[in-house]
Amino acid sequence: MLVRPKPGILDPQGQAVSTSLRHLGFDVSETRVGRVIDVELRTDDVATARAELERMCEQLLANPLIESYEIALERDATA
Amino acid sequence: MTDDAYRPVVAVVVFPGSNDDRDALRALDLLGADAQAVWHDASHLPRETAAVVLPGGFSFGDYLRCGALARFSPVMRAVQTFASEGGLVLGICNGFQILTEAGLLPGALRPNASLSFVCRDVALRVERTDTPFTSRCSPDGHLTIPVKHGEGCWFADEELATAGQLVLRYAEGANPNGSIGDVAGVLNEQGNVFGLMPHPEHAVDPLLGSTDGALILGSLVDAARLSVAAAV
Repeated sequence: MLVRPKPGILDPQGQAVSTSLRHLGFDVSETRVGRVIDVELRTDDVATARAELERMCEQLLANPLIESYEIALERDATA
Repeated sequence: MTDDAYRPVVAVVVFPGSNDDRDALRALDLLGADAQAVWHDASHLPRETAAVVLPGGFSFGDYLRCGALARFSPVMRAVQTFASEGGLVLGICNGFQILTEAGLLPGALRPNASLSFVCRDVALRVERTDTPFTSRCSPDGHLTIPVKHGEGCWFADEELATAGQLVLRYAEGANPNGSIGDVAGVLNEQGNVFGLMPHPEHAVDPLLGSTDGALILGSLVDAARLSVAAAV
């Protein structure tokens, strides 16, 4: 899951990172800092997995007032 | 039972990582409450609880988001029920963060705009004195109470909170965290749940400077005592 501050929400961490990147000489217009959360599930059903991950985001992993989230699914071929 | 000598039970919830619980207990005791510490995995509040305080600190290490994990502690179910029945609930700093995460107060607390942890006395403006948390304040009230937080930047969409709920603001030019509207403390719509970033429990003894915190906590003790009298 990728959780990050919604557009328009002040992201002081992103602003600080922008400043440092500019000091390094990169032509950066904006930086937003979010977090990646890796979760392993036992199910091999894609629809079930997606529904569960969405509920996790809604109930705990993201605060819907200030954060948006995206879900990416990967199947573990070795399992 | 209704006289000033009666000590209403005020439950102070202790989460793993709370660190202002003892100051809160001592301050409430000084102000005439029967203050009782309650561990976060309790399933019930103490008998005859007349008010609940969620103290400051770093519950669950502030992991994920401040207050996001404490909200799921078993005792919070009892606190939710208590609040929904009109019980008085005060959240201080991390306690305020927990109340917003739990949906008991509107908005969210974001990292300070400066990205710095701020620890100092701040000047505050009391917007309303007709609440259970500010009744002892004078109508043109200015208070000096310390803040100490890294994530106190209150944010809410305009429709989330009416102006009447924004009970406490930082004085002009004194906003330590960039909160919207200089908001320092927010009341719920029903008027029985209040959260604030400043620490009234650190400002009750003249030895440590201001005693303005006693106006907030004393108001709560008064209201708790009245709520017991009303229930008799």
